[in-house]
Amino acid sequence: MVKYFFSEADIKSSWDHVFSAFWQRYPNPFSTHVLTEDVVFRMVTVDQQLITRRLLTKTNRLPRWAERFFPSTLSRCAFILEDSIVDPVNKSFTTYTWNLNHTKLMSVKERCIFQESVAHPSWTQLQREAWISSDVFGFSRAIQEFGLARFKSNQVKAMRGLEYALTNLYGDVHQRPPRPAMRETKEAQKHLTPATAPQKPRQYV
Amino acid sequence: MNSVGEGCTDLKREYDQCFNRWFADKFLKGDRSGDPCTEMFKKYQSCVQKAIKEKDIPIDGVEFMRPNKEKPGS
Repeated sequence: MVKYFFSEADIKSSWDHVFSAFWQRYPNPFSTHVLTEDVVFRMVTVDQQLITRRLLTKTNRLPRWAERFFPSTLSRCAFILEDSIVDPVNKSFTTYTWNLNHTKLMSVKERCIFQESVAHPSWTQLQREAWISSDVFGFSRAIQEFGLARFKSNQVKAMRGLEYALTNLYGDVHQRPPRPAMRETKEAQKHLTPATAPQKPRQYV
Repeated sequence: MNSVGEGCTDLKREYDQCFNRWFADKFLKGDRSGDPCTEMFKKYQSCVQKAIKEKDIPIDGVEFMRPNKEKPGS
């Protein structure tokens, strides 16, 4: 069983600012769980798109109830790959991110599409989707719920981190709490059985 | 931000600075005059790919935007 998450939000910065800030968002006050960041592949395609692969290592924080049952995972940090395509002509940036290890415990795949906002061209719209699953017999529902909760919390941190970078680089100001700056126009989550799991994203190379 | 290879962080930062400038000033504006960061990237990659092998990080053979099947011991 797979848990699916979908959200849409507006970032009140222009697409070129957002795309540039994306590469510069680490470190930030909300990313203390990100330990290292490396570009491990990059090229410009013949049709002028930028293809990048980044390797991130992150701390692997589990709730206490999980620590009792999966102590061996504590000593190993999580390896995350982030593949992305920047299309400057269509002003879009697609990222696909997933964990390389601890996958039996929990697999999290996330696809983000940043695009110049249609309604407000000086803004950027972000569509975020995630697929969270666990194979561990007897725990999978609890782990998926934890995974979804952590994903949502990380999503907020990721957005704050990106806005932090945008402010540092360009002085772009984003409305801040008490209400979250990110306007969630739609959020949906649902269980998916394997038969209804979504198509894999298009392979570009 | 640190590199996964402890000795690669300086090379990474040098490359990142070059890339960020090129990305904002050239690439996003459609300037196809070429990438000034190639040499820096080569030095950085030679360091970081070695570190990745040494730490046994399983990125070999992972297809672009296609997560692998689970590996044993994951």
